[in-house]
Amino acid sequence: MTQSSDTQSGKLPFAMKRAAMTPAATTPAATTPAAKKPVTMTLAEKIVAKASGRDHVRPGEIVTCKVDLAMIHDSGGPRRVKPILDRLGTGLWDADKVVLITDHYVPADNDETRQIADVTRTFAANHRLRHFYDGLGICHVVLPERGHLRPGMFVVGGDSHSPTGGAFGAYMFGIGATEMAGVLATGEIWLRVPDTIRVEWNGAFNPGVVAKDMMLFLCARLGMEGGRTQAVEYCGDAMAGLPMQERMTLSNMTAEIGGQTGLIAPDETTAAYIRKAGGDPGDISPWRTDANAAVAEHHVFDAGELVPHVAAPHSPANSHPVADIGNTAIDVAYIGACTGAKLVDLRMAAKILRGRKAAPSVKLIVAPASRRDQEAAESEGVLQTLLDAGAQLYPNSCSICAGYGGTLEENTVCLSSTARNFKGRMGPASAQVYLGSPYTVAASAIAGRIIDPREFLDGAAR
Amino acid sequence: MKSGHRIEGRAFVFGDNVDTDVLAPGIYMKDPIEVIASHCLESLDPAFASTIRPGDIVVAGSGLGIGSSREQAAEALKYLGAGALLAKSYGGIFYRNALNFGLPALVCADTDRITAGDTLRIDPATGTVENLTKAESYRVDPLPEFLLRMIADGGLVAHLEKRFAASRTTA
Ligand code: SF4
Repeated sequence: MTQSSDTQSGKLPFAMKRAAMTPAATTPAATTPAAKKPVTMTLAEKIVAKASGRDHVRPGEIVTCKVDLAMIHDSGGPRRVKPILDRLGTGLWDADKVVLITDHYVPADNDETRQIADVTRTFAANHRLRHFYDGLGICHVVLPERGHLRPGMFVVGGDSHSPTGGAFGAYMFGIGATEMAGVLATGEIWLRVPDTIRVEWNGAFNPGVVAKDMMLFLCARLGMEGGRTQAVEYCGDAMAGLPMQERMTLSNMTAEIGGQTGLIAPDETTAAYIRKAGGDPGDISPWRTDANAAVAEHHVFDAGELVPHVAAPHSPANSHPVADIGNTAIDVAYIGACTGAKLVDLRMAAKILRGRKAAPSVKLIVAPASRRDQEAAESEGVLQTLLDAGAQLYPNSCSICAGYGGTLEENTVCLSSTARNFKGRMGPASAQVYLGSPYTVAASAIAGRIIDPREFLDGAAR
Repeated sequence: MKSGHRIEGRAFVFGDNVDTDVLAPGIYMKDPIEVIASHCLESLDPAFASTIRPGDIVVAGSGLGIGSSREQAAEALKYLGAGALLAKSYGGIFYRNALNFGLPALVCADTDRITAGDTLRIDPATGTVENLTKAESYRVDPLPEFLLRMIADGGLVAHLEKRFAASRTTA
C-alpha cells in the first residue's frame, strides 16, 4: 500500500466511492408528512430525528435536540460552566443526566490543580450529582464502563474526543464550555443535521494490525478536515470482529479527521458490553443505517491490505506505513490515554513484552486508562508482564497525553499510543512525538527504535 | 418573521480555508477582544478591520473558520459589527461559535458570484440573498425561527439569560 493520495483509482486496494447510494434529491418525503413509502435514513439521522422529536430529518436542517446525557470533566467542566450557570441564575436541568469525571488534573499535586479539584467536588456536592467518578480513569473510557451509554442516545461531552461514545451507537459529540452551560441549564442543544460519511472495512485484519492503524491510515487518507463535521459511520464485515474497546478507538479518533461523531451500529458485542457494565442496551435493532439511505461519501477499504501505521511529528495526518518511518531511535515509549491504554491496549502491549525487556535507552511508561481496566490487567497478569518489562506505572488519568500530569522533556523523541501529536501538546515544542498502536509502541520499546511489531508476533491470532 | 431579520450590507470577499488564525491571530490571543478584532483578517486584507461597517457581510469560499476551536475568531467578527457570514462551508466549531455569538452564519453555494463591494440583502428566515449591485439572487439554507430569536437576543448566553429571567418573573 502506498501513501498515494490518488483516491479515485479503482486499481488501488483501497477504492473510494464518492457517490451517494441513492441521490439525495429523491428524498422529498421530508415535506410530505403522510409519506407512503417509509423514508430511508442513516443511523445518525435516526438518532437526531428521535432527539428532536421528529419522524425524520434531512442533512442541513437545523433542529433542537433533547440531550439524553451530558458528560463533563474537571478541565472544561465545573470551573468553566459554573460562572455561566451563575450568570443565568439557574441550576442543572436534570442532575441525574449529568456525568462528571475527573481525569485531566489527576492527581492534583499543586495549588492550582488542588483548587480545580476543589471546585469540581464542590460542584458535584452542591448539585447532588449521583454520577461523579473521581480519579477512576479517563472520561471516555469510564463513561461506557459504568453503563451510561446505550444505542440511540443523544449525548454531548465537554471534550473533543467525545465521538468515542459513537462506538455504542450513540450520537455523541464534543462542545465547548459555553454551549455545555446551555445544555446543563436547559437539556437542549441546536444541531445542523449532519451528512453521513460511511467508512467501510471488509475482510479480516492481519495479526498486529489494529484500530489505531486503521485510524492513522485514515487520517493520512482523508486529512484532518476530511470528516467536515459530519457524522462518520464505520461499517463493513470487519467491524464484527472488533471488541468494543477497539471500536472506541475508531470512534475516538474520528476527532482527528474532523468528524462530529463516529458511529458504529450496535450488534451483540455492543449489547453484551453494556449488560456487563450494568446498563440496559434496549432494543438495538432500529439503530442502523437503512440499506438505501443517502450518504455524502462512501469509502471502502480492504482490512487484509492494512499494515501497521505510524504518524510522524506533528500531526496524525502525517502517518505512513511503519516501514517508511525509518530507524527512528526513541527515548520514551508511552502507553496511555483514552485511545491507547484500555484493557485491550494493555493486553496488546503485554503480548509483545512477555518475557522481554524495554531497551535500557527507553523509558517505558504505562498509564492504564481506568482503574477498572488496571485491576483487570492485574488479575490477568498483564500488568505484571508490563512491569517486568521495565514499565513505570502512571496514574489512571490523562497524564502526559496533553501535558497535564507532567510533560516530556526538551528534545525527547517519544512513540505514543495516544490520539494526537500536535507540536507542544505533550510538553515542549522541541519534543518529537510519533503515534502508533500499543503493539508498535511495545515492540519499539524493546528495539529502542520504531519498528514493525509483527517482528515480535508469531502469526498467532491477535 | 418575513422581514424582521433582514440584513443589508457591503460584501467583503475572501477565498477558501480562511482559518481561525487569520480571523484571530494567535499572537494577540492574550489581548482583549478589541485588540484581537483590530487584527482580524489583516493578513488577507490589511484594511478590513478599519473599513468594515455594522451590517457588512463577510463572504468566503469553503472552510471558513477551520482550525482551532478559539471562540475569539467568531467574537472578533461580531465585535466589528459583521451582519452575517456567507460561505460554501464552515469549520464545524467556528460555525457553532458564530451562531452562538449571534452572528448569522449561512451556507451559500454561490459565493463565487459575489464581488467585493457588492451590496447584499439577506433574509435568513426565507433563505434568500439579493445581490442589489448585480441584480441577482442566491439561495442559502434558511435559519429556523428559534435560532433567529437567539441571534436577535445577541447569542446563546444572552438568549438564555433572557429566558431564565422571564421564567423567574412569571413563576
Ligand atoms: S487521554 Fe488525552 S485524548 Fe484522552 S481525554 Fe485525556 S487528554 Fe484527551
